[in-house]
Amino acid sequence: MTEPVLDVRGLTVKLPPAADRPFAVEGIDLHVNAGEIVCVVGESGSGKSVTAFTVMGLQDKRALTPVAGQIMMGGEDLLKVGDRRLRKLRGEKMSMIFQEPMTALNPVAKVGEQIGEMLEIHTDLSASARKSRVIAAMEDVGLPDPPSMYDAYPHQLSGGQRQRIMIAMALVLEPVLLIADEPTTALDVTTQAQILELIRDIQQRRGMGVLFITHDFGVVADIADRVIVMQHGRVVEQGPVDQVLGAPEHPYTRMLMDAVPSMTPPARDPAAGDRALTVRKLDKVYGHAGLLGQGRQVHAVKTVDFDLQRGETLGIVGESGSGKSTVARCVMRLIDPTSGEVLIDGDDIARAREGAMRHHRRDIQIVFQDPYRSLNPRRTVGQSIVEGPTNFGLDPGEALTRAQDLMRVVGLPPEALDRFPHQFSGGQRQRICIARALAMEPRVLIADEAVSALDVSVQAQVLDLLDDVRDRFDLAMLFITHDLRVAAQVCDRIMVMRQGEVVEHGPTASVYADPQHDYTKALLDAAPGHRMLQA
Amino acid sequence: MFAYVLKRVAMTIPVMGVVALFVFALLRLAPGDPAAVIAGDYATAEDVARIREQLGLSEPLFVQFFTWVWSLLQGDLGTSIFSGKPVIELIGQRIEPTMLLALTTIIFSILVAVPLGTIAAFRAGSLVDRFVMLFSVGGFSVPVFVLGYILIYVFSLNLRWLPVQGYRSPFTEGIGPFLSYITLPTLTLSVIFIALIARMTRASVIEVLEEDYIRTARAKGQSELKVLMRHALRNAAVPIVTVIGIGIALLIGGVVVTESVYNIPGLGRLVLDAVLARDYPIIQGLILFFSFIYILLNLLIDLTYTFLDPRIRY
Repeated sequence: MTEPVLDVRGLTVKLPPAADRPFAVEGIDLHVNAGEIVCVVGESGSGKSVTAFTVMGLQDKRALTPVAGQIMMGGEDLLKVGDRRLRKLRGEKMSMIFQEPMTALNPVAKVGEQIGEMLEIHTDLSASARKSRVIAAMEDVGLPDPPSMYDAYPHQLSGGQRQRIMIAMALVLEPVLLIADEPTTALDVTTQAQILELIRDIQQRRGMGVLFITHDFGVVADIADRVIVMQHGRVVEQGPVDQVLGAPEHPYTRMLMDAVPSMTPPARDPAAGDRALTVRKLDKVYGHAGLLGQGRQVHAVKTVDFDLQRGETLGIVGESGSGKSTVARCVMRLIDPTSGEVLIDGDDIARAREGAMRHHRRDIQIVFQDPYRSLNPRRTVGQSIVEGPTNFGLDPGEALTRAQDLMRVVGLPPEALDRFPHQFSGGQRQRICIARALAMEPRVLIADEAVSALDVSVQAQVLDLLDDVRDRFDLAMLFITHDLRVAAQVCDRIMVMRQGEVVEHGPTASVYADPQHDYTKALLDAAPGHRMLQA
Repeated sequence: MFAYVLKRVAMTIPVMGVVALFVFALLRLAPGDPAAVIAGDYATAEDVARIREQLGLSEPLFVQFFTWVWSLLQGDLGTSIFSGKPVIELIGQRIEPTMLLALTTIIFSILVAVPLGTIAAFRAGSLVDRFVMLFSVGGFSVPVFVLGYILIYVFSLNLRWLPVQGYRSPFTEGIGPFLSYITLPTLTLSVIFIALIARMTRASVIEVLEEDYIRTARAKGQSELKVLMRHALRNAAVPIVTVIGIGIALLIGGVVVTESVYNIPGLGRLVLDAVLARDYPIIQGLILFFSFIYILLNLLIDLTYTFLDPRIRY
């Protein structure tokens, strides 16, 4: 039997004394063979990323100290070799790609030069030889017109292209091991499918080993040869992909798989409430013709029509740039629509002046994607919840009582109102954001990717909560998402958007069972693990 | 790029116009007869009449304004009331020491502060960092005139290494004398800018070191020094350049005091003398001149941004 390209034995990494547990990972055993893709699955805090970063020697050294175990690669223990040797191995023998390809690339350097830097560090090639190697590497990952893209800056490329640049950079020296840390999580589904295919393709051509970190069982089903499931810093289950996904043994694995939303929409009662919101011929053009005629315009939303009843959830589904979030912002009047009507309670708020708009503000509330950044870190959550109602003249004492009631509704203890956002987990923070929105007693609740940043198990709970408050407060809900699985679970109707236009609009069950538009079909096909997890 | 530069230059014209209007209004809108204000408390009626005639104050306001702007466009900033010399000539005589002092100060400050701030950021929390921060707080707190006299006392009077006061031109008297005379004023002025720029550099680099692309650079096997030089500093540069720009603008204020302490015949001294003598044409000319420098500086900084960060386009 040949030696694995990576063999981690009994790895234990200590956390600083103040942490909630003594070890980030404890007694981890895992190996990656040449020509094999090993997926490490787990939720946030499972230690999957710590493991990957420790292999590279890139963990936060102030907080994380490896205290036991070995990381063997080519006969060397990476925990014992010096910094110099480790730097040499990075790039040459092992390299890494990351979750967010925009921030992972230096924004002020040309992408070609960033790939070339790899050759500059590790080889003696001349500048022209480096450039031709870079262009060959860019070709290899399917980038269009590499010679001209060489001089592009990261912000001029799409998300998928940036991740291809990262892959070209990681693989230009043909390492034996690629570590991929959630490389497709920040990408659109159709782009995700392409990147997964690319990684699979190069891995098979070169016979390298891939350690693939993900939280998404759909991705696991599509790409893994073997699966390692981690929880609280330990490996709870590992085995070939068919075995783990087909017959999961550990309860945590089963729980994770059950929490993955199904692509089959559950039966839902048709909504029969009053009309809460009507949107007619909504148009939004960003930018304006410049003074000297060189202004750039983007037609983000084109003639969108829909209406929404109380007690109903409308899903707006689309990829980045589809205009789904722009619709939400226009409905909220966070931005001004270019033309069209937004009727709430019979009043058109699309062009209402700020004074007239103000008393409608409370009618429409929103929950954003990132619960870490949508709460003011220097105010207690109680202050954040109470602020809105008191702005509208509610007595502070009553507002506090209302906040306490709402904390119970969202499943948190009322005493927690005195705490600050950083003292809560991501899921709890999103519950607080929901309580904050509800405190305004809105008619319409917009959830803008409200569960996209959450772990699957937490995601399921927050989705249940959203469903629950919608019924309890008779809300009309606008659910914006890129995730077709999530949309299937909570939406009564689905509107699919692409490049600012609605391409399909209908009851959830019929859109999923019998999509009419080609784009809807492509989206449904691209959803990871589509075939395997369909049941 | 060229079109952009042209556009930016064109945009400074209306700004200059507003400044000119403001400077013009400064004297005319002051309460009382401007001629009497200029002439001072002990002037005779003839003096006032002479000044009124000289400044054309009996004409309608808009005529005065356009006559004034017209002469400005021809490079005529007016004539000093007391010396009778053209203001532009007076500025020309005094410009060299001030500009050279500003230049040596800013170069010295950058050369010291940027590495200092970067090291402090890279070793945040260490002894070096604490020392830099301590120096920084101290540098902000010591007034220029106090520091100036302390330096004179130590280096000129006690150690006798450097001359006490004065200025030697590098063009007529050689680079050696110039350096020996300019060193103490430069040190005096630099301390606050080193404090300011080092602090900003530290904050900016610390922030950038947390970025994902720094991790990427390390994942490539890049050495820490190159990570700092190639990836961190350039990304941290925009706020640093902003502070350097503000620094140069503040410098002109600092120059007034420093030039007095070291008895340097520069623009700072000219400002002081003109204000004390209420020589309005000189004051107006200097305000216009400094405004022009500020606007030029802002233009340069804006152009530097686009060079440093390809994402910035106005």
